[in-house]
Amino acid sequence: MPAGTLYRGREGMWSWVAHRVTGVLIFFFLFVHVLDTALVRVSPEDYDKVVATYKTPIVALLEYGLVAAILFHALNGLRVIAVDFWSKGPRYQKQMFWTVMGVWIVLMAGAIYPVLGHAARVLFGS
Amino acid sequence: MSTTETTASGVGPVEGAPVYTVDNPAPLIEAPRKRTKKTPRSTRGNFELAAWLFMRLSGIVLVVLVIGHLLIQLVLDGGVSKIGFAFVAGRWASPFWQVWDLLMLWLAMLHGANGLRTVINDYAERPNTRLWLKGLLYTATVFTILLGTLVIFTFDPNIR
Repeated sequence: MPAGTLYRGREGMWSWVAHRVTGVLIFFFLFVHVLDTALVRVSPEDYDKVVATYKTPIVALLEYGLVAAILFHALNGLRVIAVDFWSKGPRYQKQMFWTVMGVWIVLMAGAIYPVLGHAARVLFGS
Repeated sequence: MSTTETTASGVGPVEGAPVYTVDNPAPLIEAPRKRTKKTPRSTRGNFELAAWLFMRLSGIVLVVLVIGHLLIQLVLDGGVSKIGFAFVAGRWASPFWQVWDLLMLWLAMLHGANGLRTVINDYAERPNTRLWLKGLLYTATVFTILLGTLVIFTFDPNIR
């Protein structure tokens, strides 16, 4: 690690850090996801067996995390585009960051039941 | 006194008689870094600009494709519990969803690969480490894109 960095902190830097971290995580999942989908060329049984693990409560929680990463990366990506191409973008980057966080929280609240409902029924009975 | 003569020759009266005249002009000195026939047309190209633009354009398309994909797979119609071979076969019976998934595969893989290329360039400091990490990245990316494309194009609902 370089000693004495120029990192400034606050919304600008932390959104950049989060964009990188979520981007790398999504990319690694994408490799796995293409491989598991490729099992449809092997046999229906093998595909369904692997997809069954996606329906377990623990993986459902990971899916909720994946949705969180994708939604943040998507919303913050639109903010980056606005900063780059909209003349007033750089001036409003902080306000846009907090808008991103607000929309993200609303969408994540909305995703709780659809993504985790199945796992809750498995764990606690329907 | 003879100021006009001094500026014309470039040699002041102190140095003596002017060396260069209209009939005996000074040798032409080539400008530094001047483009010659031997200079390559372009040493770098616009790859980084194209990559920067690609991230933004593909990003906008991916927002629609991926969020739509999440809605279909994880939210609508029972969420993840409905997914199985039959569900995939039903969706890929339509060319619309085949094109959707193919476009999503290519754009997401290239978008992610370019993102990771940037991350490697930023953090891997030794040239050898960068070479190996990027070699691994490009190999895995080409393999995954080709595998996914093959699966979408050769999908057989009656495999068994």
